[in-house]
Amino acid sequence: MTARSLFDKVWDSHIVTPESDDHPAILYVDLHLIHEVTSPQAFDVLREKGLRVRRTDLSLATLDHSIPTVPIKTFKDLELVSEPAAAKQVVQMDKNCKDFGIELRNFASAERGIVHVIAPELGATQPGKTIVCGDSHTSTHGAFGALAFGIGTTEVGHVLATQCLLQRKPKTLAINLNGALKPGVAAKDIILKTIGEIGVDGGTGYVIEYRGTAIERLSMEERMTICNMSIEAGARAGMIAPDDVTYSYMADRPLAPKGSAWDKALKVWRNLPSDDGAKFDRSVTIDVGDLKPMITFGTNPGMVVPIDQALPKTGDAAFAKALRYMQLEAGKPVLGQPVDVVFIGSCTNGRLSDLQAAASILDGRKVAAGVRLLVVPGSAPVKKAAEALGLDKIVRAAGGEWREPGCSMCIAMNGDKVAPGKLAVSTSNRNFEGRQGSGARTILASPLTAAAAAVTGSVTDPRKLMN
Amino acid sequence: MEPVKIIRSKTVVMPFEDIDTDQIIPARFLTTTTKTGLGTKLFNDWRYAADGSPKPDFVLNTSAAKDAAILVGGRNFGCGSSREHAPWALVDFGIRAVVSTAIADIFRNNSLKNGLVPVLVDSATHEWLLGNPGAEVTVDLEKRLLKLPGGREVTFPIDGFSRYCLLNGLDQMGFLLESEAKIKAFEEARA
Repeated sequence: MTARSLFDKVWDSHIVTPESDDHPAILYVDLHLIHEVTSPQAFDVLREKGLRVRRTDLSLATLDHSIPTVPIKTFKDLELVSEPAAAKQVVQMDKNCKDFGIELRNFASAERGIVHVIAPELGATQPGKTIVCGDSHTSTHGAFGALAFGIGTTEVGHVLATQCLLQRKPKTLAINLNGALKPGVAAKDIILKTIGEIGVDGGTGYVIEYRGTAIERLSMEERMTICNMSIEAGARAGMIAPDDVTYSYMADRPLAPKGSAWDKALKVWRNLPSDDGAKFDRSVTIDVGDLKPMITFGTNPGMVVPIDQALPKTGDAAFAKALRYMQLEAGKPVLGQPVDVVFIGSCTNGRLSDLQAAASILDGRKVAAGVRLLVVPGSAPVKKAAEALGLDKIVRAAGGEWREPGCSMCIAMNGDKVAPGKLAVSTSNRNFEGRQGSGARTILASPLTAAAAAVTGSVTDPRKLMN
Repeated sequence: MEPVKIIRSKTVVMPFEDIDTDQIIPARFLTTTTKTGLGTKLFNDWRYAADGSPKPDFVLNTSAAKDAAILVGGRNFGCGSSREHAPWALVDFGIRAVVSTAIADIFRNNSLKNGLVPVLVDSATHEWLLGNPGAEVTVDLEKRLLKLPGGREVTFPIDGFSRYCLLNGLDQMGFLLESEAKIKAFEEARA
């Protein structure tokens, strides 16, 4: 039999009808994640056509993008703190879920949070599944060996109504990451380095499989950070073969299989990793043994340098345009650049280990004068677990804000934003112009690097603050 | 949906690479629960000053954009967020085709479902288009041709099914709904 890749196996097992010249494949979807921003118009289409949601049991809904990160208990609270349009969207989401019979992890739910944090936490994300969401960071779930990708609102409607999507088979890209990370270097640095290497459109048309010794050593949370940013290299999906790290993370999660069903699932999952000799359309190898903490300097995640390196002296028109926006100088280091805001959170770096990494720098230190530090746990369970470890006290004692879960300042739809012209060091995934607020300037970095910037007030190598 | 067959227009050119969907429609406008009216917010932060006044040197505020239905963008147009609000905003503004050497996957998929034709061209054609803003060109979807002034024609790739749906003004969901028996059989076989 032909050697197949992880992607091939998941793809093949979800084909309702294969693709032909006349039409794309019909791909079955095992899990549909839904949030308030990209679903309202899809529910309206169902209403117009008189359709129901075909599989409410395969739908998982929450509030994350436009929800405030101050405590909210009721819709009345929401109206007091949210912009009217954002509040209306949340109310509409509640109505849509009620009307169509979907359970919503609402602001009162102990399970709510960023959709890409809660689905793995609940055990809904599983190896071999197809997972989609009206959000490009759905690639996160590929860390479990799932085929997970972002879709638009029209396709959200397709999945709601039929549990299927029309898809052309993408190409495959193997990214081999080898070596052992040095202290102070994080999964975020690996993926920023990778995007810098292959470019922000290097993955367009491909599904990535991350493999190699560096990947095998990573925890599930670190693997999620890697897969999360696949889309920043243009790839709709990034996958990692499931292994014992995956299974021990999943065991006993509320929605994971139990007892004999677990044993049966495990047998299937163990057959998912790419066969020896599986063909990829393209391969890239990157050694991360000498990797340093990475920071972005421009206006897309591919404009990235090691933290202690000066910016290139010259570049193309895009380079010059980006530096103008960022108010940075060619040929000079970014190190030491004064910082106004530090954001720690998001579906990229809002999990417990991320908050622990940040707290390890903040512990016993103070946020520098004039710097705002916002720490936003990725979900209610992350917040609870962090508080059990006293991380909230460390953040508050340092002078930082400890918030309720949500996407927050990553996308700046909920009132949490960076003011025009201000410079933020952020653990999120996009440094596009205005992403964190109109006119805001963003440097992407790991939680360690972000926390180091918070306590020194400038872009700082976190290794200088580690014992 | 209106059928799309021929788009004949002058071009409006935005030569920058990696134009992301956060620029096309900034996130703060995504609190809408409808698809309409986003054209006024298209490229909002490039288009308007902080006080809301139009920036006179931005191309969409100039006569070059008046009645232009074909946007020529730099490589990797539409990267980033999956927001379908990006093609909704472009279409609401009057754009019917986007031309580039590379168009991001999710944006391309979303465009095909909203009557916005993604036109991929080779570097030489792209260079010519970037250097000749306002050129009168034709996108012939039936023939998969981009027709340039002086009779030059280049073919562009487009998924056959999406092209069929665009030419006939069909909603792709219909095809999935008609496949219900096959979907049901698939579910039963796996159970």
